[in-house]
Amino acid sequence: MSSVLYDVPGPRAVLRNRILGIVTILVVLALIGLTIWRLVATGQFTAQKWSIFSYTRIWTLLLEGLWHTLSAFIVAAIGALALGFILAVGRISDHAWLRVPVGWIVEILRAIPVLIFMMLMYFGLPVVGVRVTPYVAVVVALIAYNGSVLAEALRAGVESLPRGQKEAGYAIGLRKNGVVRLILLPQAVRAMMPVIISQLVVALKDTALGFIITFPELLYVIKLLGNQVPFGSPLVPAAIVGGSIYIALCLLLSYVAYLVEKRTRRSPKLRQPPRPLAGAGGDAATMTERIAVQRGTGKHDATSL
Amino acid sequence: MGGVSQLWLQAIEGTLILFFAGGAIALVLGVIVGAMRVSPVPIARAVGTVYVNWIRNTPLTLVMFFFAFCIPILLAQRFNALLPATIALGIYTATYVAETFRSGVNTVPVGQAEAARALGLTFGQVMSQVVMPQAFRSVVPPMMSVLIALLKNTTVAAGFSVLNLGSVTAYLSEHREATAGGNIFIAMFTGENQLMTLILIAAIFVVLVLLLAWLQRVLERKWRVER
Repeated sequence: MSSVLYDVPGPRAVLRNRILGIVTILVVLALIGLTIWRLVATGQFTAQKWSIFSYTRIWTLLLEGLWHTLSAFIVAAIGALALGFILAVGRISDHAWLRVPVGWIVEILRAIPVLIFMMLMYFGLPVVGVRVTPYVAVVVALIAYNGSVLAEALRAGVESLPRGQKEAGYAIGLRKNGVVRLILLPQAVRAMMPVIISQLVVALKDTALGFIITFPELLYVIKLLGNQVPFGSPLVPAAIVGGSIYIALCLLLSYVAYLVEKRTRRSPKLRQPPRPLAGAGGDAATMTERIAVQRGTGKHDATSL
Repeated sequence: MGGVSQLWLQAIEGTLILFFAGGAIALVLGVIVGAMRVSPVPIARAVGTVYVNWIRNTPLTLVMFFFAFCIPILLAQRFNALLPATIALGIYTATYVAETFRSGVNTVPVGQAEAARALGLTFGQVMSQVVMPQAFRSVVPPMMSVLIALLKNTTVAAGFSVLNLGSVTAYLSEHREATAGGNIFIAMFTGENQLMTLILIAAIFVVLVLLLAWLQRVLERKWRVER
């Protein structure tokens, strides 16, 4: 084990590392122990609290909640991808009358918190006589937000391409439509695949916001189960079961992002980023960095000089 | 009208407390976890990785759910709703801070750390004298994106009875009878018209986020590392 930051440890460093390791283990064990102690002390492991999960009806409810979560996610993911493409094409347009307004739309959609957008749809629209179901509110809000983020990612992907790609396209007689559709976007999608998938993880996580506007998704079912008095209000067991389902789902999707990233990095068709990037991350920060690196690759490339 | 403007002020105060207190927790915890992830101690690295991967793959709503409903049961104690929400925001955002911090350390060219080690500096000196000062500069802009996300995430606390900009409509609708009626501007502030109130809140967030994004660009230009 070696890193740029430190040497392969010598005897003294090994000892010090072991002590630090033991301290870490002790702290973690203390935290786990505290949790288990409190779980036991407050009677979370009693048969009564867990017996709720022995009923088929309860599992049907959980599965229904999971299905609502997944169906909202799938529709939102497809919609966000479609909107992302449309906005990205508008954003890289040569016409200022199209580019500038689309740019503003993207900025504004990205700046509105998803929950506020959902509330706007669900509580706000009835004022002007439009009534939507919580499902529609959740899906539309997710499409608007993630679509605008994906548009930015795709645009950054296009900008990171060497200028020669576009010029070569025109040189072989393609029109603007062909250059964008056949040359720029496919490469941008490929370069941005990890960002796109991580943004989909964000969309999956954000479906849980639907619980606040009474969309009967997984978290809503968890709360419902947690309030069943005949079973001693098993809020903690329900949160443990539901939380595990959520983490499993998102970890699975994140793992796909990681695999794609690993494959992209190996692919000879894509230029290697100058430095390996941290994590398979699904957040704005790593995305910013990734885009910065992508831009950097385009800038210092011989073809664009 | 007095009670209503009071409500708006309290809502803004709630959002600001969530933003600053949550941000402070996130920064402190995030830097600790980020340092664990680049440290030479394998167990610390493993613990950091598990923390970041698990919490980051949990919806914030669920983290807040746990802190708002489960922790009071486990500790057999009642809390002011603001406290669990702030801690949840901090713990959730800390994972993003940690990743940003770590990628910042990764942007420092290998040669810098190698040169420092060739001079005989220890790990502590390499980090504090050579790597961190450079990492800090490249980390500021993405850290601002994390803070922007945190600001937007404060609205999630609205689902857990914390008064903030996200929940102001719900509270305003209770004040509905105070409205004089007719005037759309009065209606807007008293919750007569939920659509207008929500649009106003969305607009406040757009302004705040664009402000932070502008600050991000300024800092980016000011602290850009020429490589």
